[in-house]
Order: sequence, then C-alpha cells, then structure tokens
Amino acid sequence: MSQGSIVAGVLAPHPPHLVYAENPPQNEPRSEGGWEGLRWGYERLRKKLAETDYDVLVVHSPHWKTRTGNHVLAVPKLSGLSVDPIFPNLFRYHFELSVDVDLARAIVAEGRAAGLEMMPMENPAFRVDYGTIISCHLVNPDWTKPIVAISSNSSYFDYSNEVGEDEMAKLGEATAKAIAKSGKKAVLLASNSLSHRHFTEEPELPEDMSREHIYHHGQYLWDMKVIRMMKEGRTKELAALMPDFIEQALSECKDGCLSWMLAALGYPAYPAEVYAYGTVIGTGNAVVGWHPNDAKVTA
Amino acid sequence: MMLRGYLVPGKPLPLLAPERNPAWAELRRGFEAARDEIQASGADLLLLYSTSWINVIGHQIQADPAPEWVHVDADFHDFGTMPYRFRMDPEFAKTCESVARSRGLHARTVAYQGFPLDSGVIQALKLLDPDNRIPACVLGCNMYADRAETIVWGKAAAEAVAATGRKAVAVAISAFSNRVFPKRIDPKDDRLYSAKDDEWNRKLLQMLGEGRLEDVSQVARDFAAQAHGEQRGKAFWWLAAALGQHNGYDGTVHAYGPLWGSGGAVVGLVPNPAKDLSREFDEGDVQTFTGDRGVLAAGAAETPSPTSAAAPVTAATPVSATGIVKTTAAPKPVGAYPHARREGDLIFVSGIGPRQAGSDAIPGGAIRDAAGNPQPYDAAAQTRAVIENIKVILESAGSGLDKVVDCQCFLIDMARDFAAFNAVYAEYFKDIQATRTTVEVRALPTPIAVEMKVIARA
Repeated sequence: MSQGSIVAGVLAPHPPHLVYAENPPQNEPRSEGGWEGLRWGYERLRKKLAETDYDVLVVHSPHWKTRTGNHVLAVPKLSGLSVDPIFPNLFRYHFELSVDVDLARAIVAEGRAAGLEMMPMENPAFRVDYGTIISCHLVNPDWTKPIVAISSNSSYFDYSNEVGEDEMAKLGEATAKAIAKSGKKAVLLASNSLSHRHFTEEPELPEDMSREHIYHHGQYLWDMKVIRMMKEGRTKELAALMPDFIEQALSECKDGCLSWMLAALGYPAYPAEVYAYGTVIGTGNAVVGWHPNDAKVTA
Repeated sequence: MMLRGYLVPGKPLPLLAPERNPAWAELRRGFEAARDEIQASGADLLLLYSTSWINVIGHQIQADPAPEWVHVDADFHDFGTMPYRFRMDPEFAKTCESVARSRGLHARTVAYQGFPLDSGVIQALKLLDPDNRIPACVLGCNMYADRAETIVWGKAAAEAVAATGRKAVAVAISAFSNRVFPKRIDPKDDRLYSAKDDEWNRKLLQMLGEGRLEDVSQVARDFAAQAHGEQRGKAFWWLAAALGQHNGYDGTVHAYGPLWGSGGAVVGLVPNPAKDLSREFDEGDVQTFTGDRGVLAAGAAETPSPTSAAAPVTAATPVSATGIVKTTAAPKPVGAYPHARREGDLIFVSGIGPRQAGSDAIPGGAIRDAAGNPQPYDAAAQTRAVIENIKVILESAGSGLDKVVDCQCFLIDMARDFAAFNAVYAEYFKDIQATRTTVEVRALPTPIAVEMKVIARA
C-alpha cells in the first residue's frame, strides 16, 4: 500500500446563511440570495477540488462540542434532519452521509498513541452537527466522498488558550500520521470562522445585505492580519499568534479547527490561496486553501 | 402566578445511567422528589430556562406544540439514546415573546420539526413530568447576555406568567461548578473536580437551603469566576428574577453530587410571604434592556425596529403588571420603549409626536418629503395631534390630561413655530397649570416639528 497524503487543507467556515442563500434541495427555506462573495469563493474552491484526486474529507467542527476528549464519528452511514439551534429559520437540512470508519479508527488510535483522550462515536442515532454538514455541503454538495468528522474538544476552554493550541497540534500530527498510514488521499476541512463576535439580532430579511458588515473594525484588522500571514506562508508564526487572535478577536479558532489543520499540514511555508472573505451576521469568514501538490510544482 | 422554582443539572447522567454511580442515583432521587412536589402543586405550566440551549440571536422560545425526536448527547453518546415527545404551550410562548420585546429584548419563538432540544431540557422534562401532564415552555440562554439582560429575561417570563394567568413552576437548568474531567473516567470514580469547587457549591447550597435566592443571585458573578459556573451563573440571575428577587423562600436541597466532575444539585424554592423579604442590591435593578441591541441599525436612518411592533400585553389591559403602558390607540413607538410607564403614583409618558395611530399620517404635514426636501407644514395642527395622542395614552392608563404636572416640549424651529405651538398649548393647559420646559432641537426621529413628554398623576 502506498503512503497516504493530505492533498489539500481548507479553512471552510460553516455559516448556515450560505446554504440558505444557495437554496439547495436538501434545505427547506427559500432565499433571494446574499453573501455572494463567500459563495463564489466556495464555487471556485469546488472547481479546484474537482481537479484534485482525493478519497475522503476529514472535517474538524466547532459545533460538535465535547468536553470529555476528542470524539470521532465511527458509524458507516448516518442520516437525518439537521436543524441549526441558533438559526433554525435558515437551516433545516436533510443529510445522508458515509463515514470512512477505518480512517476514523486510525485517527483515534494515533491520537491515543500521542497521549490524547480519543473516543469513537458509535451510536447510529447520533445527529451529526450542523457545522460538519455545512462545511461538507459547501465543499462537496453531492456528498460523493466519505467523511471523517472530529469533535471540538472544548475541555481545554477550562484552561488557557495555549493549552488548547498544544492539544490541537498533537491532534493534527496524529491525524496526518493516520492518513499517511491509511494510503488514502485526504482533504482536510477546518470548519471555523475567523473573528467571531456576532450581532445579537437579525434583520427581518436575513439576506438583507445592507445590514451585513463586520461587527467592529478591530475584528477586521485582525482578520486581515491573519489572512496576510496565510498568503505569505507564515503559518508557524500564525500558530504562535493564535492565542492572542482568539482572545482579541473572539475568534472561533478557539475551537481548534484551524490549528489542528495547520499542524496536520506541517505548518505550510508556501502561500495559501484565499478564495473569499466576507462577513456573516458580523463575524469574519475566510475560505482559504492550502494545496501542497501545487506548492511542490511551484518549488 | 409563579408557584415555585427549581434548579436542576443539565448533564444527563441521572437520566441515562443512575445505576452507575451512587451520586447520580441520588440526583435521580432528587429529581423524583421535585417531580412529586410539582405534580402536587396544581401547576399548569413548566417554564424552563436552559443554559445548554445557547442563543446568539436574542432570546429564543420553544413553541413547537409537540416536539419529538431521538436525541443522543454530544459527549455521552455511549450511554444510550433519549427518545422524547413533549407537550409545549405555544400560546404562552407567544405572550412571552411579546412581553420580552416590550422590555427591549430581541426575542422570537421557534417551532420547527426536528429542532434539537438539549440534553438538559430533555432530562428535566422526562424526570419532572414523565407523563407530559403539564405543558412546558423552554427559554434559551443568550451567550452574550450579561446580568442585566438575563434579569430582564427572567422578569419578562414572570410578566408573561402573570399576563396569561398561568400557574407556573420555573425550572433553571444548569450546573453549579462546571469544571469537568476532560477525559473518560470510570463512572464509579466520579467526584467533584476540586475541593474548591465543592466548597463554593456548598456555600451556595447553604444559602439556597435557607431560601436566600436573591443573595445567591448577588454573589453569582463571584461564584462563577471562582468555580467555573456554567454560563457565568446566568441560571441564578434568571431564576431570581423570575421568582421575584427576594430571599423569602422555603428552600430544600433535594440532592447534590458530582456529574463528571461538575457540581449538580436539585434545589426547590417555594415563596413564603411570612419570611423576611429583606434584600440588598449591590447592583442596580433593571426592568428593560437597553444594551447593545440595535447594532444592525448603527449608522442607518432611524426606522421603526421590528421589535417596536410588539403587541401590548393584552389589548384590553394596556397597563401590565409592571406598570408598562402600551396602547393600540396611540402611534407605535419607534424604538424599544413603551408609550408610558407607571411608577408609584406617577405616570411617565415617553416623547410623543403627532403621528396618527394605525396610519402614521402626520396632521399638518411632514416637515420633509422622502427625498429630504423641506415641505410646508402646520405647527398648530401638529401640536394639537401631539396633545391628543398624550391624552389617549393617559386615559388608557386610567389618568388624564387634567392630571399632568410637568411638560417637556421639543420644537425643531423655535422662531417659526413657537407662537402657533403656544396658542394651541394654552387651549389645553391654561387651567391645568402644569410646569413646562420648551426647547429647540435639531431633529426628531420622524419628519415632525413638535414632540412632548409629560409626567402625570396616576
């Protein structure tokens, strides 16, 4: 068996607004559109991934919150209705997905070998979190690839941001090892936004773009700083800055998704491709891809 | 009326696996004791506030009449499933939404098939009302809400109970200390995460056992900081506000123990009018929320907020139990405020313009058109309409124009309009002899020239 590899890593935020605006058949509400900047970015990403040979999507989601370690979906088939508890008016999505259980178990095993608390999720009645579903839908709306979904272990919220970052670095490295041993080609999805202070009220028409803007300018400055580092290949520096970014921009990176992915990618020094940046209900969202095979060609 | 209140834990181990740890079994028995009290209380509403139902957009209220699902906990999925079918009270939910909006909160009901009720709500309803005898209503916990907003949320719930005539039991679902073991443990080894957490929990439980709920609310901020209280102690704030903000309860700690390291307790509180109601407020009391709502409109032209359309508590009784006056006979407010408010023997009327109830037409004409071009207008006609609107509001509150003691008057063009304004004013107030202040202002929220606010005897 040849060695597996990570063929792409994508910062793939999960605002339900993007699925709502797109009106896919799996979702109930009907929208007039909106958030096109982000949706066009995802469109370009999908074209890029269509040219990429891969077997599985591995997603780390902030909305499967666990406090008893890192949990990993390990049931072959899961289906149901996902209703966003925060934006139920926008997202009521009928999902049906396949899980790469072998790879899920391999990630659990590698994580345990690294000293992490890991737990396979084997209950067939489990409802997959909406963050996982939205990111996977936006990347692969036909659900043609199996997924592995990893929870956001928020137990380290009890400690400092640095503790969480260390844990995510270990989890990323363990994930990369498991993928390498599996012989599979994987695309990683980090399902978090950047700055994450929301508005606490919603326009009567959710897609009213005259009401959409960043919550405050400080968030925007932080988002731009972080994106510039991604574009310049300074991810090691970004990882070091992450605790400050989390604290000062109330970043959803606190949930560990981006830190996990950067560690799994080995902290890329090549430029990331920024597909889009836009705000959703005041939060800053970027769709950003790392394509290691392109970087090799360029080098 | 609020018959009684409870604090219960949200982690679903007493429901899923009471046999796996004696403390979990004890908490299960605590739930059962509370269940027996509730079932005997004559309650016709279970009003739940869950710190596990995290809201971002304002405050959500569950209004699906019969939510049904098979739930699996995000952490304890290996402990089994939680199938449920509950009975909700959508009529109460709508009233609660309306009252919350009148208090400045952004609130909305949700009724969607498959909506994910959280583990804490499911545990509470299954253990406290296993036969679905009592309709329920579930209120969410806004992650950004501070103490003031949470207090107002609790008061809105109490006001909705009063307005609907329900006999309610309030249940706040929350851990006490909420530091958990960050790994899988053998259930039989469960214990409080730290002695410090345990000591803080016991301190609060002693107060609650003595019925001192308001004291607990006052120290909640310190408790949460020291013992990692769930959602910064919001459950204590909400429950204290919902039950009346005093210390005059009979308190019973039915059970206390660890739930994966966190502190879980089942506590009952029954109002006892014979007890000392003394209390001390270290922080100002709040009736309405005036925080960061409206951020969407920042920089935009002032337009009526969707929340301003909230219906009065009931059309027939425009004065609510807390003194808020709203009437459909006067023009809708253009913000999160009522037409008037009664405090003691006085009625404070908000700034009132000449717009007509229902149509928003401006007698005497608007001062500018939609494009901002100045238009001719009749200041006398506007003044008359303002005073008639105030008269309607005062009469709906049981007062009248003849009881006005003070007027504040705002004109956008003193030189042009004062004489006309003054003449009409005299027609109404010459014999009333209220004190008066008249000032020129640069602009008013709608295209009008005259606004007045008054204070009157009730």
